[in-house]
Amino acid sequence: MNQKVSIVFEKRESLSRQASLLVPVLSFGVSLTLGAILLLLSGANPLATYAAMARGAFGSWRNITETLVKAAPLMLTGLGVSIAFRMRFWNIGAEGQLVMGGVAAAWVGLFWSQALPEWTLLPLALLLGVLAGALWAGVPATLKAALKVDETLTTLMLNYVAILYYQYLFNGPWRDPHGYGFPGTAQFPAAAWLPRLSGRLHVGLIFALLLAGVLWFIFKYTRWGFELKIIGENQTAARYLGIKIGRNIVLALLLSGALSGLAGAGEVLGISHRLQQGLSLGYGYTAVIVAWMAQLNPLAVVFVAVLMAALLVGGDQVQIMMGLPSSVGVVLQGMILIPMLAGSLFTEYRIRVVRK
Amino acid sequence: MLALLTSILTITLRAGTSLVYATVGEIYTERSGILNLGLEGMMLLSAVAAFATGYYSGSPWLGVLAALLVGGLLATLHAFLTVTMRANQVVSGLSITLFGSGLASFLGQRLGPASNNNYLVGLIGPKFSVMEIPLLSQIPVLGALFKQDILTYLIYLIVPLAWFYLYKTRNGLNLRAVGESPETADAMGIDVLRVRYRYTLLGGMLVGLGGAHLSLAYTPGWAENITGGRGWIVIALVIFAMWNPARAILGAILFGGINAVQFRLQAAGTTLPPAFLNMLPYLMTIFVLVVMTWWETLSKRIGAPAALGTAYMREEK
Repeated sequence: MNQKVSIVFEKRESLSRQASLLVPVLSFGVSLTLGAILLLLSGANPLATYAAMARGAFGSWRNITETLVKAAPLMLTGLGVSIAFRMRFWNIGAEGQLVMGGVAAAWVGLFWSQALPEWTLLPLALLLGVLAGALWAGVPATLKAALKVDETLTTLMLNYVAILYYQYLFNGPWRDPHGYGFPGTAQFPAAAWLPRLSGRLHVGLIFALLLAGVLWFIFKYTRWGFELKIIGENQTAARYLGIKIGRNIVLALLLSGALSGLAGAGEVLGISHRLQQGLSLGYGYTAVIVAWMAQLNPLAVVFVAVLMAALLVGGDQVQIMMGLPSSVGVVLQGMILIPMLAGSLFTEYRIRVVRK
Repeated sequence: MLALLTSILTITLRAGTSLVYATVGEIYTERSGILNLGLEGMMLLSAVAAFATGYYSGSPWLGVLAALLVGGLLATLHAFLTVTMRANQVVSGLSITLFGSGLASFLGQRLGPASNNNYLVGLIGPKFSVMEIPLLSQIPVLGALFKQDILTYLIYLIVPLAWFYLYKTRNGLNLRAVGESPETADAMGIDVLRVRYRYTLLGGMLVGLGGAHLSLAYTPGWAENITGGRGWIVIALVIFAMWNPARAILGAILFGGINAVQFRLQAAGTTLPPAFLNMLPYLMTIFVLVVMTWWETLSKRIGAPAALGTAYMREEK
């Protein structure tokens, strides 16, 4: 019986279909279970808490709209991130791209209402928001394409530059002098506001849904979608196929940043109607979790974003109704991905036990 | 003037201590080829653990122990996900940050005594006070080095030790080999996975110490977001230090110093907005990255771990 047993991992040709459905669902279950243990230990009733969270997120039309208000920027940034991740470009700068989108939109709203006809304000603000987000992603993309500078670190650093910049603007030169000591800019004229659907829910959600569909189509049916996939999977093969890697990196990242920029413009033009604290809420980081959980599938991003938003809104409600810390939601968000990451081994590899 | 310099340096060192611990820790982790973006969450969770343990036991040292434990545990989780399960390092790190900072905030509102509404915020616990060293602390400027708390004194020992271990010992050589080329290291008979586990764990414990310094010495007590983004700054500092533990202290002084100088500048009535001063380190980090990549020979000499961020899988032999 001197057989040697060893475990061999074989990379699957394509992701295992069963596993890629099962793993996220199981992960959510594991996360809820671990969360329940945590709640029990801290003296709260897990079932009552989860029920309150679910009611908080979906219990009434008003709560549903609040969940969707948070889901829209998560969808847009999640979609943006998933474009970059498709080609293994680790853009973790969605937060900064979102903030710069908000800044550019605010600039139009604040300073161009006198000089331009009213109807141009909103489209121009959206357009500049999109462009600013794209540019903010374009810098690391160009550095990567031209000089091979590591994008994880550059995109991360630019988040901080963007956040410091926007805080400087609404605390300093753009601050409303009639703001009664409240740090923030003046309100934009109503012509620059995004139309609202219901409650605080604005048309940003519709943009997000449309763009999810468009991206799904691009990834699935177009040559460009295919090229991005090949670049992500095998750069050498991509080069043999004559795919221009550098150009594609820059193009894809411009699009990736544009989506986050749109998210930022939506927050500013649709909700706060001014630039103030609270534009950077961490959506850009949660977006990475959203994209990953959705396995970079644009349609799945929509659903995962709603789930993540529900955890946030549910957490807030739990605080109001049960006096529990609202961070319950964030803890659950963080915990969902951990079993899922462990499980990805089973979606990506075939595991065999070999006897020699 | 000398008194001013001394006081700036004193504050700088105190503000930079947690950064030094975490930077040295992350340098060790990254040297083994593992990028850990979970630092922010790890620091927050270890800070809350250190404070709560200190508060209930009355001993700051038990608090330090708790921080080491929490930092080590989260780092082990990261190692398990990225080394054993080969998960993406960026994503794993980000979820640890999300989880750690969420849990820290949760515990900060649950672990406190009933008399304080279960909150930890606002409680006063044991702390490491400043222990001035007689005579030495009277030296102009350099005296700042000797007006610190014990955890800061400890970095004078840990930084040279970390440098020596990395560059002058067999184990250090193996560690660098694993981060540079795991295949070669494996061929040399080094157990790549074990090395990665070991130094991710060690790195996490150092990060935990950094968190402990925040809640037990620098700003004793617990406050939501006590780290103020330090976990992210460390990611920049590691690059800035070019993966050399000895240089970690320079970077930490730069960041800590920018904070310290800011107050002075504002007091002196400068027109330069502090936001731009605060941006400098991040922009400089990008600059360092660009130069380093551009000038590859330099990068080799610096020793940026070539295999950073990639999972290692042994080919079947």
